[in-house]
Amino acid sequence: MVTYIFRRLVTAALILLGASYFVYLLTAASGDPLEEFRASNSPQKQQLMDARTELLQLDTPAPLRYFKWFGGAVQCLVPFANSCDLGKNIAGQPITEALGFALVQTLTLVTAATVLAILIGITLGIITALRQYSTLDYGVTFMAFLFFSLPIFWVAVLLKEFGAIGFNNFLRNPDVPLPAALGIGVVVGAITAVAAGGPMRRRLLAGGVAFAFVAAVLIYFSATEWFKAPGLGPVVIAIAGAGIAFAVTLLSAGLKNRKALQSALIAVGVGVVLYFLLQPLLNEATFVMIVLLAVAFVLIGMGIGYLVGGYDRGQSMRAAGITSFLVGVLILLDRYMQAWPSYFNNSRVRGRPIATIGASTPNIQGDFWVLGLDSFTHLILPTLALILISLASYTRFTRASMLEIMNMDYIRTARAKGLSERTVIMRHAFRNALIPIATIVAFDIGALIGGAVITETVFSVRGMGFLFLDGIAHTDPNPVMGVFICVAITAMVFNLIADLAYSALDPRVRVKA
Amino acid sequence: MAEDASRISAAAGIEPIIEAKGLSQGQIVRKRFLGHSGAIIGLVVFAFIFVLAFTSVGYLGIPGWWKYTHEEVSPLVNDGAPTLSLWPLAWGEHPFGQDRIGRDVFAMTMRGAQQSITIMIVIGLIAGLIGVVVGAISGYFRGWAEAVLMRLTDVIIIIPALLLAAVMAALAGRRDQGSWFASFASTNGVLALGIFLGLISWVSLARLMRGEFLSLREREFVDAARISGASNARIIFKHILPNAVGVLIVNVTLTMSAAILTETALSYLGVGVKAPDTSLGLLISQNQQAFATRPWLFWFPGMFIVLICLSINFIGDGLRDAFDPRQKKFNAKKAKDHGGPAVQASAGTGLDASAPGDPRHEGFRPGGPADGTQGP
Repeated sequence: MVTYIFRRLVTAALILLGASYFVYLLTAASGDPLEEFRASNSPQKQQLMDARTELLQLDTPAPLRYFKWFGGAVQCLVPFANSCDLGKNIAGQPITEALGFALVQTLTLVTAATVLAILIGITLGIITALRQYSTLDYGVTFMAFLFFSLPIFWVAVLLKEFGAIGFNNFLRNPDVPLPAALGIGVVVGAITAVAAGGPMRRRLLAGGVAFAFVAAVLIYFSATEWFKAPGLGPVVIAIAGAGIAFAVTLLSAGLKNRKALQSALIAVGVGVVLYFLLQPLLNEATFVMIVLLAVAFVLIGMGIGYLVGGYDRGQSMRAAGITSFLVGVLILLDRYMQAWPSYFNNSRVRGRPIATIGASTPNIQGDFWVLGLDSFTHLILPTLALILISLASYTRFTRASMLEIMNMDYIRTARAKGLSERTVIMRHAFRNALIPIATIVAFDIGALIGGAVITETVFSVRGMGFLFLDGIAHTDPNPVMGVFICVAITAMVFNLIADLAYSALDPRVRVKA
Repeated sequence: MAEDASRISAAAGIEPIIEAKGLSQGQIVRKRFLGHSGAIIGLVVFAFIFVLAFTSVGYLGIPGWWKYTHEEVSPLVNDGAPTLSLWPLAWGEHPFGQDRIGRDVFAMTMRGAQQSITIMIVIGLIAGLIGVVVGAISGYFRGWAEAVLMRLTDVIIIIPALLLAAVMAALAGRRDQGSWFASFASTNGVLALGIFLGLISWVSLARLMRGEFLSLREREFVDAARISGASNARIIFKHILPNAVGVLIVNVTLTMSAAILTETALSYLGVGVKAPDTSLGLLISQNQQAFATRPWLFWFPGMFIVLICLSINFIGDGLRDAFDPRQKKFNAKKAKDHGGPAVQASAGTGLDASAPGDPRHEGFRPGGPADGTQGP
């Protein structure tokens, strides 16, 4: 095992060496960094050219300049020496500094998108695999192909137009006319009817209920101007919490496990009580406090599960813990919604909350909630675009993996020995289907850091992709190399992790020592 | 191969494949492909776009039937709005409208579609060729050839496509520098871009082909061929390659659909096809600011990208179902590894986990993140 890892790391280092040399030469060959001065006829033309030549060491030919750069870069490997030197970019800023800034921007942009795409994609993939060849399956498959074929810059421009400008116009005067409310209701109802499955009667019933609910809610929202001052309130949290309790119990323990259902419902009750108790505390919120509260909610839920007990304590604890966490999320959401009017009327936002460029409103001031909403409104469009694009491959992949597993003999055995369908799917099939998915998730997390070049360009986020593109545009090898090295190292490390994870998850696969 | 598989599986006690009776491999594949409605619709749509794009505005100097070219400026009709109407179906003077200075959007879109399709085919051919050669050599001969080629693949897979495209764009821009490549690239920008992208997009294909060759070279029919004195070249081309052709075709198709998105993305970023020539990505990039005033400048090129890419993806999906490489391999392996019906039950649980447990061979991720470019 250790030999294997060691060998992989050595190979990776050699590959990195070769590739980085190649990338350096390519960047240097891609243009002339002095071009803008050559064309100019300013009096200090020669001085400017000399200064840049000095800064970028242009008097050394590129194949040798690489080794100068390499000499600095190698020092990054010395731990705690703080002598990391990746050179300077064309503006004279050290690359290590620029990289640090870009990394934060990129990670805030892509992390949420990737996590959500993985969650939604896997869920959809499993559902479509269980309903193979149904209308739902065909619909989702078609959508997956469609999303897979969409150019992201096109989607992004469309989102900017309709998601930002259109939605902002709507928010200025939030009034859903009756036909629109009914139309949205019909669409949601139709989707529900298709997704519900089973006999036609059941589908129509589900679709009708969804239609009535959505239309009524929209009309109610429009009448009370909910969009101007949104909020959930304890009643909605209690009702939604009860729904969550049932759903979580259904998936994690099965509704037959009454103790688990009881503990989940008690957790919802406790959550609603906490909603009132926490309000003054939440006004002083900090990030650390939110994390601590999340941990506390999970622990409270698990405690409830433990006390209720039953024949299988673990299941009750799990159901109640998850439910309690989700209720906590609802409370958080409600608090964000309470901050909405003050954000909306902020002098910097001026009633156009959904932003199309950048990662935050310049010079905005406000408490934790307002700042949180600010980054949320900036992130929502790029996140949406990235989710749409990357959803497809997760869905298809999970579906293929799940279908493969569902045809295995041990699934037939599990059914034959009388296990419930829930147990068969959640315990026997789902967990095994996740094994191959774990590896691609590891790959994608490794690729996260490279950012999304096009998304960053369209939404003017100054992340890793922007740094890379900017370096290419100015024929400036140092930022290009900085980004490349970061991306390549993470990708390689995560590839290794993916391989090791595969052999850890699936004992039939052994790494070669 | 079909004969081979069905005979073995029948012997091993698996239900014989009924549709395979008396048909050759090619006939089975064709039958299955034609039965896949999505793939057929994709094929029809793609053929229609292909013919429309290449006949309407002309190609390689041959004039087309459409009255404008993508560079021609004509007076604005109806302020440049599209004259296409579906009911009653009328073509009009400028079916897709005109841009600000009066160029015909239909002609520009068709020209862009030509470019995208050209690049796609060039990339598919080059990537397929190199991928097969590298995969075949490293998978068949193993040893130092495999080590060298696979390390080369590892190096190339982490080099960002964006960078190569930028280098190419810079070279193509320097028409005066006089190297043969610069002059070639400046006159045939699209072809050069396709070749460049083809030279880096073969890596995933090579890895897949290597895997195929690694498993196929251990099969009995290869041993049989070798014993009867077949040369290495004959074994590779006559015995192994025909059995790996399914995986190859499916993944070339998927590489091609990814290639279209890569090309449009690079053109969008300004390092792909350059003005005065045009491409679908470039059209969108040039016109995105005009979305509020002239949305048709934006809709039509985008729609064509989506249509081309979608139809190619559907064709690829149909081909995958038709060849169904995993299913075939799985049956054959079962029969081979565990010769008799007695052990079939345990064989099904996937003792050989590399074959059944890895739907990555589905190849829905033909390399590169979802963002469209490979990199950085």
